[in-house]
Amino acid sequence: MPIDPNYETVIGLEVHTQLRTKSKIFCGCPNKFGAEANSQICPVCAGFPGVLPVMNREMVNMAIKTGLAINGQIKKLSVFSRKNYFYPDSPTGYQISQYDLPIVEHGELFIDLPDEPKKRIGVTRIHMEVDAGKSIHEGIVGASWVDLNRVGTPLLEIVSEPDMRSSEDAGAYLKKLRAIVRFLDVCDGNMEEGSFRCDANVSVRHYGAEKFGTRTELKNLNSIRNVMRAIDFEVDRQIDLIESGDKVVQETRLWDANKNISRSMRSKEDAHDYRYFPEPDLPPLTLEQSHIDDIKAKLPELPDAMAKRFQDEMGLSEYDAGVLTAEKEMSTYFEEANQIVSNAGKKNAKATANWVTVELLGRLNKDGLSIEDSPVSAVNLGKLVALIQTGEISGKIAKKVFAHMFDDGGDPEKIVAEKGLKQVTDSGSITAEVEKVLASHPDQVEQYRGGKTQILGFLVGKVMQATRGKANPAMVNKVLKEKLG
Amino acid sequence: MFSDPANLTLANMSELLKKREISSEDLTQAFLERIEGLNPDINAYITIDRAGAITAAKEADKRLDAKQGEPLTGIPIGVKDLFCTKGILTTCASKILNNFIPPYESTVTSRLKGAGAVILGKTNMDEFAMGSSNETSHFGVVKNPWDKSRIPGGSSGGSAAAVSAGMGSATIGTDTGGSIRQPAALTGITGLKPTYGRVSRFGMIAFASSLDQAGPMTKTAEDAAILLQAMAGHDPKDATSIDAPVPDYMANLGDGLQGRKIGIPEEYFASGLSPDVARVIEDAKKQLTELGAELVPVSLPTTKHAIPTYYILAPAEASSNLARYDGIRFGYRCENPEDIRDLFFRTRAEGFGNEVKRRIMLGTYVLSSGYYDAYYLKAQKVRRLIADDFKAAFSKVDLLLAPTTPDTAFKLGEKTNDPVQMYLSDIFTINVNLAGLPAISIPCGFDKDNLPIGMQLIGRPLDESGILSAAHAYQQATQWHTRSPIL
Amino acid sequence: MSINADTVKHVANLARLNIPEAEVGSYVDQLSQILGLMDQLNSLPTDDIEPMSHAVDILMPAREDEVVNGDNREALLACAPDSEQSHFRVPKIIE
Ligand SMILES: [Mg+2]
Ligand SMILES: [Zn+2]
Repeated sequence: MPIDPNYETVIGLEVHTQLRTKSKIFCGCPNKFGAEANSQICPVCAGFPGVLPVMNREMVNMAIKTGLAINGQIKKLSVFSRKNYFYPDSPTGYQISQYDLPIVEHGELFIDLPDEPKKRIGVTRIHMEVDAGKSIHEGIVGASWVDLNRVGTPLLEIVSEPDMRSSEDAGAYLKKLRAIVRFLDVCDGNMEEGSFRCDANVSVRHYGAEKFGTRTELKNLNSIRNVMRAIDFEVDRQIDLIESGDKVVQETRLWDANKNISRSMRSKEDAHDYRYFPEPDLPPLTLEQSHIDDIKAKLPELPDAMAKRFQDEMGLSEYDAGVLTAEKEMSTYFEEANQIVSNAGKKNAKATANWVTVELLGRLNKDGLSIEDSPVSAVNLGKLVALIQTGEISGKIAKKVFAHMFDDGGDPEKIVAEKGLKQVTDSGSITAEVEKVLASHPDQVEQYRGGKTQILGFLVGKVMQATRGKANPAMVNKVLKEKLG
Repeated sequence: MFSDPANLTLANMSELLKKREISSEDLTQAFLERIEGLNPDINAYITIDRAGAITAAKEADKRLDAKQGEPLTGIPIGVKDLFCTKGILTTCASKILNNFIPPYESTVTSRLKGAGAVILGKTNMDEFAMGSSNETSHFGVVKNPWDKSRIPGGSSGGSAAAVSAGMGSATIGTDTGGSIRQPAALTGITGLKPTYGRVSRFGMIAFASSLDQAGPMTKTAEDAAILLQAMAGHDPKDATSIDAPVPDYMANLGDGLQGRKIGIPEEYFASGLSPDVARVIEDAKKQLTELGAELVPVSLPTTKHAIPTYYILAPAEASSNLARYDGIRFGYRCENPEDIRDLFFRTRAEGFGNEVKRRIMLGTYVLSSGYYDAYYLKAQKVRRLIADDFKAAFSKVDLLLAPTTPDTAFKLGEKTNDPVQMYLSDIFTINVNLAGLPAISIPCGFDKDNLPIGMQLIGRPLDESGILSAAHAYQQATQWHTRSPIL
Repeated sequence: MSINADTVKHVANLARLNIPEAEVGSYVDQLSQILGLMDQLNSLPTDDIEPMSHAVDILMPAREDEVVNGDNREALLACAPDSEQSHFRVPKIIE
């Protein structure tokens, strides 16, 4: 929602994704989150004298995968450079990163927005670089502590073009990018733990203006929601400044999620001058086309392609296909459940999709759970849908069974059997129940025959009640109509 | 048993050890005594590892007794104090590392130890290898054994003085802009800088990463061949190390000079060469011709640009390499830092000496915004031209001959306040580093004050065999390398 | 290009070196002298020359993605001027 219709917002995002390699970028230390302080360091990552970096092969493969997934150009020649700056958690005094020759350039991705066609966002570049360590300040008297475990975690920095025009665009971009890196299994996408981090460059300009306005860089955005809120806050702030005759200052601002405001990072006494130059300890990185082709051939199906398949081959709506491919776990869950339904001889992906997106997601959201934590397994949900499809239980009973499965777990087939919930389809017993109900409700029978046919619903209800919901409603209808003649 | 182990070459010692005519322990003991006697004056060693050396010598004797010796088994050597040695103080001759005991070992020392060498101690050097006179060491100047009022050259001045004074059978140095060859020439010994990438840089404290290379400093070319054999070869821990087979340097040592073309680059003889050096090199040319070599005039037109190119690129890399010395994880930290900024600024200002600070400043400047293209990028391009000049020359000749230094050793203190004059003393050595080529300096005469003069033989990439065999042929025919200073 | 006191101070700040006011002048002189040497490079045309960053042309080697290092904490922290509870200890960093 444009805050002031006279202004256009321009947003570019820089995303740092931690790659899920086994070892670090330039040494053989484990690349694992949450270990005891400084237990995962060696002379190389801790920046000791005389030691040298040696590149991790898998990191490069992950960079290539990601580049291919966003339709980028994979560069046959790329170069590592040193970005020089002093900070206690940067032990060498420089970050090994890629500068003028990154491994990927000119990519793109397409974002999904409600009620709008897909929108293309350009990806300027992807480069590989090393993560820094952590300084700890809180609770330490008169000192700070440095933990270098994270130093050397391989990062991909993914830089977008300034193609986004609203916080909604930015949110959708992050969702899509996160889905892609998770489908590729190169990053776990966890924003809270910092394995998927985003900085936002935001500016505003009058509609129609050619030049970009002065931008600010927003940091400390640890969820998609915070990215969006911080952008909205910043757009407001910048417009207010301009409207009141002030100027936007180019600066870095930190988002405070508790107060819902951003504040200027105290401008360091010196402007940054990173003095980039080619890393003399690492030769240029050259790639063979055949290597790139090999990786391309093994790329998994990505969200957009999968969503299209769900629509084309399974007849799902664009909306459902979008929801089911937004997260890797979601699509895996859906496909697994749907396979069970198909195995039961009833192809009905729409029914499966409906159960996943409406019943399951509804309940998960209510309980604040994610799909990975679902108490109902994909197999069991598939079995439940199959039971409906084969007519074993009614949709109404299925909801009860589902509630049971969600609370106590278990296999729906067993629950149905144990609780005697199986749908009654035997016409003899249904006829018997119908006759009992007709006998005990002579007035209603009279009304029906007198033309008040809507009374049929009441009679169906009575039969269902008598069978505790197990009678096949279609059969009950049919038999009732026959008997009422 | 050895009143004077200094008279033996490494090859001699190896023979005697193998035949069990001497023991490594006695030899080591003799060297340690000699070092302990001379070091207070010459100051060639920063750290003497008596206990470690004796233990290693005893180990070596066991292997030699069991006939499991290799050429280096039991040979006592010194190592420049910028190779990280596990458990042994490694200072790089800097206050900022005055308490640094690495928990890891450099590939070079690890290979030498693996080949049975006994490490006597860590030799003095210019701080962080920045210097041409060994006067920038935090642990004091090193004196030239030929004339103790003069510099031994740098930065491997301690390593050079040690070999010259018989304080070790040989030593290991490093050469970024001439730091093996220049002190070798000024102290009358043999110094080999291998092809960049031939010897691993892992665990060697970096000055300028794209130029640094370790090599042997010895009495003879033969000794250099024995040491290089153990040092050379691919190291998976160094991404810039060359993955190519290592030839048998000893087997190729007798290849001789018959029919080989030696280029004489005119620019090296143009001006600034002292008359003594010019005269001695002329004699050497005659000698080489007599040995069957053909001398061919060649031109390396970019020679004069090497100094500015080097003094942009090397400090630029150094300014970044030395950023890790911040007083946080190892080494010196200033007293009572007020805050993190004070910790950085004061630790570095107090921990680094003047020459190191000067180069950090210079390197920071040439990389900084607005100056990168004019200085750093320009120098990288000129570096390419310099390398191309050598390539062109080597399409016509097998080797190049040049003086190692324009003059003999100067007086201590003579150039300490004039960095530009100091830098100009590397004029004949740094081109080779910029091009990454192998080169050896060998003694080829003396000046009127009886100070040694050296000459360089420069080879094609990875042709260490070629320069070693040429140097060996020359040393078989001459006696310059056998002279020792009187101490 | 000339160096003045402000340049020296700016560069010293980038390099995290405390340079006392009294020494600034000598840095100005010495750096100017050395940079004077550099200016001769401008006489060389280098427009089409590929910059040279490495002494030899080799391709980037890569290591397998394997964990080979164990816990080095004790050995590395033992080198630190100040450490506390498995951390490197520094003066309070104010963000
Ligand atoms: Mg980055
Ligand atoms: Zn490590």
